[in-house]
Amino acid sequence: MTTTTATTEPAAEPSHGRRLFGLWLILALAADLVIWFVWKPHLPPGDMSYSAQHQQTDIAVLAVSAAPVIIFVLLYFIYSIVVWRARPGDDGDGEPIYGNTKVQASWIIGTTIIVLWLFVFGTVELAGTAGAGAGEGPAPIWKLAGATSATWTPGGKTLLEVQVIGQQWTWTFRYPQFGGMESTELMLPVNTPVEFHVTSLDVIHSFWAYQLGVKADANPGVDNVAYTTARSLGSVTVRCSELCGIWHGAMFNYGHVVTASAFGSWADGVQSREKTDGVLTALPTFALTYDPTVIPQLGKALVTIDGITGAAGDYYPPGDPVQP
Amino acid sequence: MSVAARAASLLVAFVVVAGLGVFVALYYVGGASALPMVHYTASGGQVNVALQEDPQNNSASKPDWVSYYVQDPGNSQWVHTTLFSVPANTKVNVTIYGYDGCTPLRNNFFSQVQGTIGNTVTVSQFDQHGKEYVSDQRTSVVNAWANCNVGHTFAIPGMNLYVPVASPNAQLSANNLCSSSPCTPSGNPYAKETFSFMSPAQGGVFRWQCLVPCGGGFLDGNGGPMQTLGYMMGEMDVVSS
Repeated sequence: MTTTTATTEPAAEPSHGRRLFGLWLILALAADLVIWFVWKPHLPPGDMSYSAQHQQTDIAVLAVSAAPVIIFVLLYFIYSIVVWRARPGDDGDGEPIYGNTKVQASWIIGTTIIVLWLFVFGTVELAGTAGAGAGEGPAPIWKLAGATSATWTPGGKTLLEVQVIGQQWTWTFRYPQFGGMESTELMLPVNTPVEFHVTSLDVIHSFWAYQLGVKADANPGVDNVAYTTARSLGSVTVRCSELCGIWHGAMFNYGHVVTASAFGSWADGVQSREKTDGVLTALPTFALTYDPTVIPQLGKALVTIDGITGAAGDYYPPGDPVQP
Repeated sequence: MSVAARAASLLVAFVVVAGLGVFVALYYVGGASALPMVHYTASGGQVNVALQEDPQNNSASKPDWVSYYVQDPGNSQWVHTTLFSVPANTKVNVTIYGYDGCTPLRNNFFSQVQGTIGNTVTVSQFDQHGKEYVSDQRTSVVNAWANCNVGHTFAIPGMNLYVPVASPNAQLSANNLCSSSPCTPSGNPYAKETFSFMSPAQGGVFRWQCLVPCGGGFLDGNGGPMQTLGYMMGEMDVVSS
């Protein structure tokens, strides 16, 4: 009598690596295409200025770089749960792992490439866009192309200088090339390189012109320089982005990007009014410190200016307000 | 202890702590912001608001802080508050009585009157005997850089309204400023300043403040009364009809 034993061969293990790679490639490609073509146009801060446009691109590039990594991690996680889960009755140990040089090398090389890519991309974007709209301190390394001059004319290559002055809880904007005229409104001409000089009269504020992609800390006594060039007309929201006191949240106003000729008309009007009022003579064309005790008539003889007699008092002694 | 008993204990402890927190918040924080609101109503399409700024105030806790007062239109009494309401889309005529001495502006830009009808204010100055030595001087600037004649400012940044408020001439009055709040014209030197503006068409809350760093003794002059509702900062409620 002969007996026949039926032997069942274990099913051939599929190539998990190829499966994972295939799935990952399709998902990563789809995600990157969606990010670049669908999401990017809506990413903050928009594309109203060249610095904002670059920031939008930067965020999209970072998202496109990060998406394949995130998808790989999540895909591997889900694939492991589904494919390599413990089946009912399977009480055996998993196979021992002794290391995998290929996996380790791929991981190290892959992450090194990603980090170096981000380093190079970030540096190029920072340098190539004159600081990417961020405050670079009093001696900027990356400057916007254009000459600096005591005057500014529409259509020229001269940088328009704007001193941004923060004060609890309002912003004012001084234009040194217009005799130091000042306004509570930020007005900028389109397609004109702008050099912001950001400072504060009291505590630390932060100048954030959202749609322009400009953000620079406003420190007392410090000239923080930032650059941008507006590329389309529209309104700009100016906010303080540094907690600066009880009404920090209300420290915002609106600016406008207008045509060069409209800007010229507006500047002439403001300058003319401030000249007539005499305020223009009292405003330094550019200053970082403002000493409220420097008043010629303080404590001196009584005078009448503009029909109003001055107190000639001495209620504000030197050293007051208290300085840190 | 059973699991149910433990859970019940935890729940009770949580309710006690949360209740304590709510009580503290309501009692202290809620109580602290209970400033009176003065309501102004329009008559003939206009509303008249009267404020005064004093070198001190009549509060029990911070009597030496410089402070604004708002006049109640019902009984003409001065209320120690900085909250008032006006109707929307109405001409608001403001009179500010400045009893405090001069305080230099940090930024002379705010010497310029901005946002009022005509971008001007009308200033009168009186000595302690009631003698009017400057009468109805209409000006677009209260010079704070060559002279010392700005006491404080009344600013509503959200409306681009910036008004420098003249101070009385203290030298003429031998430095005898009002020393008891709320101040009265009798026996005290003061400046009277009037101006008008249109309230916004839509309702809302508009903060107003003084831009002179007049919080003497505080860092950069911006602490104390400058940062406290009821003193040198306030809110104007614009009420839609």
